[in-house]
Amino acid sequence: MWPVERLRRAERTAAPPEPREPPAGLPGPPVPFPPAAGGRRAARHEGHWRPGARWAGDDSPSAAGHGAGGAPSGESSARAPLLLSERSGNRVLIHAACPRALALGLVPGMAITQARAQVPGLDIRPADPAGDRAALARLAAALARRWSPVVALAGEATLLLDLTGVAHLFGGEAAMARRLVRLLARLGFSARIAVADTAGAAWALAHHGADAVALCPPGAHADTLAALPPEALRIGEDAAELLRRFGIVRTGTLMAMPRAPLVRRFGARLALRLDQALGHAPEPLDPVVPPRFIAVGRRFAEPLATADAIGHWLGRLAAELGEALAGAGRGARMVALVADRVDGVPQRIAIGLARASRDPLHIARLLARRIEAIDPGYGIDALTLHVRRSEPLDPQPVGEAIDGAQPPDLAPLVDTLATRVGMAGLWRAAPVESDVPERSVTRASPLDPPGQPQPPMKPDDVRRLDRAGPLPPWHARWPRPARLLTRPERLDHVLAELPDQPPRRFTWRGVAHRVVRADGPERVHGEWWKRLSEVHGSRDYFRVEDEAGRRYWLFRRGDGERAETGDLSWYLHGVFG
Amino acid sequence: MADPAVLAKLRETLRAIEAPALRRRPVLPVGIAPIDARLADGGLRLDALHEAAGASADLADDCAATLFLAGIAARAWGPVLWVVRRRDLFAPGLAQAGLSARRLLYAEARDDDELMAMMEEGLRHRGLGAVIGEVRRADMAATRRLQLAAEGGRTIALLLRRHGRAGSDPLRPPSAAVTRWKVAPTPSAALPVEGVGRPRWRLDLVRQRGGEGGNWIVEACDETGRCALPADVAGRTAAARRADRRAA
Repeated sequence: MWPVERLRRAERTAAPPEPREPPAGLPGPPVPFPPAAGGRRAARHEGHWRPGARWAGDDSPSAAGHGAGGAPSGESSARAPLLLSERSGNRVLIHAACPRALALGLVPGMAITQARAQVPGLDIRPADPAGDRAALARLAAALARRWSPVVALAGEATLLLDLTGVAHLFGGEAAMARRLVRLLARLGFSARIAVADTAGAAWALAHHGADAVALCPPGAHADTLAALPPEALRIGEDAAELLRRFGIVRTGTLMAMPRAPLVRRFGARLALRLDQALGHAPEPLDPVVPPRFIAVGRRFAEPLATADAIGHWLGRLAAELGEALAGAGRGARMVALVADRVDGVPQRIAIGLARASRDPLHIARLLARRIEAIDPGYGIDALTLHVRRSEPLDPQPVGEAIDGAQPPDLAPLVDTLATRVGMAGLWRAAPVESDVPERSVTRASPLDPPGQPQPPMKPDDVRRLDRAGPLPPWHARWPRPARLLTRPERLDHVLAELPDQPPRRFTWRGVAHRVVRADGPERVHGEWWKRLSEVHGSRDYFRVEDEAGRRYWLFRRGDGERAETGDLSWYLHGVFG
Repeated sequence: MADPAVLAKLRETLRAIEAPALRRRPVLPVGIAPIDARLADGGLRLDALHEAAGASADLADDCAATLFLAGIAARAWGPVLWVVRRRDLFAPGLAQAGLSARRLLYAEARDDDELMAMMEEGLRHRGLGAVIGEVRRADMAATRRLQLAAEGGRTIALLLRRHGRAGSDPLRPPSAAVTRWKVAPTPSAALPVEGVGRPRWRLDLVRQRGGEGGNWIVEACDETGRCALPADVAGRTAAARRADRRAA
């Protein structure tokens, strides 16, 4: 259910079919609740090994099997049954299914082709397990901030919350579980929550219990577990199947069996899981550590009013920020300066950095350029620098060539220019494999020189025989103009022989040109794999030189023989130097 | 610990001790003997501003000046910043003049003042080989700022002056540029077969500081950014030199 509901939620929040949330990084300032994800929870209770602790497990495994779970909501019932597909070997299987699909008998693990044959009109999307896991981790981090200090991931769609000393803050275990369910429902996720003495028991109740919210009274987890099927013990599918074949359909049977034959037959894992669920063996959790925000600030007894004073403190704060970033091993990509005014109106300026950096001088210089944007009013009594976005940044070596021979770093220049025109005004040209001139260039980020690093070749790779190296992206000899008109301009009074002679004369922008020399044609066919309307289209390009020596790049639509290739109209597309 | 600031200061001190007359300015030779002989510094000074304009408002003249500057930037040493007002530069065409897309960083300015300011940022960065800007109007003060920013570095500043609507000569108003060029395309080299030969330009050195002007017909940049004298002209001088030797 988690993947399906995450997909549905993503569809609600953004128009494109499957938007990927931005990488977590260090999120910005504390938002009430990060736009993370949702999930279901099962809560459970603690174990003997740690008396007094209570566990809340939160898990989403499908409400599918049990009718009790998340009933299909109104909106989803109007849509086609949704399946997520995953490739396993050379078969495509169902990874997850929405409640409607489950009701139709389409269960995860089934072949997609079989599902298609059974039910027409299915909505099938590719699964994104990595995205699901990341979303669950974000949810766990959010819960770790607000609900419980120890939140651990348990499987694909389950979270375990340690409720020790926490539940009373939310009005008791029952109230807390209800609030969690409501919270997740708001986020679009159906949750099942169980609270029990041990993590294993909570997991079992949440996944295999009857109720969406199950509270197991302290000490009663053994009895509750006894009624559940052996799968509830977090053992593999194979072991559960084997147990079923032996006629063991209740965990209680398993508990009553002698331990030694059990271990010999099923391995130590089953016994360990049983002990963990009963609280006889410890089960340490690996808590999710929510990312910390990096911010440095200073309050002033005497309000600042001048740009000089702000600039001075900006330098001091930037130095502190650099140290804080170095301590965290990160570099800032976006930094915001918040100036709290005496009258309570905060003033904000933000800068972006093209490459993660923690150089205090650079950050202070970029911020200082925007100081005019701060209106000090009656004075500023606090300045804070927040890191809005950051990336891991390892310690940087001091340039080994002390004579300054290392290649220049363009990132500071890009940042400086970007504060003037924004990143949209800065680019690099990157080649695209296309013969159509206007498509042969694309814009790339200013800091990454074009050219992907090639993966290393195997020693016996046949490409090693090619010593000439890769072909240059653009042909070095075919004439290409220095400037290309954004839209080709129509030529008038063109005199040219069919089918493939260059024009003798043409008129462009009201000026008549007589062609003295010409090269061509260079035929460019339409890229039907990009646009179906180009399937027959072609252009014939000519380089022509007029009597004054001016050189132009003209093309004719159509090949001059077949009418469907073009209407034989002439255009000027570029100008040579 | 090598503190770059301390190193820079030491280098500055050393430079001050050297006799100023002995200090050679970094120069980029044009690579054509007659032109280099005419230029006051034996080439284009790297730490200075140079201007070029098309001979007329026609786009072909403008493109010739564009490629002339691209060729100079291609032979400079490092990354190149090109500040444009319109996005009509065609990267494959520039790559054929030797300025590969790897080295070129484009920036788009909204007006001429912003363009000059961005060029100045590029010049002061000191990590670029060349900074090119396309400007319609730039007064003496603005060009002097660029010239000052360029001095002391190794970043050549190139300014493409475009024709205004009135049709006035863009190289007429005063400017702090060290050299000012006018470029116009001329009929290409004749080929024994049909087709367009290597493009040729008429280069006009309209003005230069500390030297005379001149004009030449040259063949356009090849894929390394080098211009050349047309073979017939070059052959003529070589023949003349041989004749001189025989006479001597």
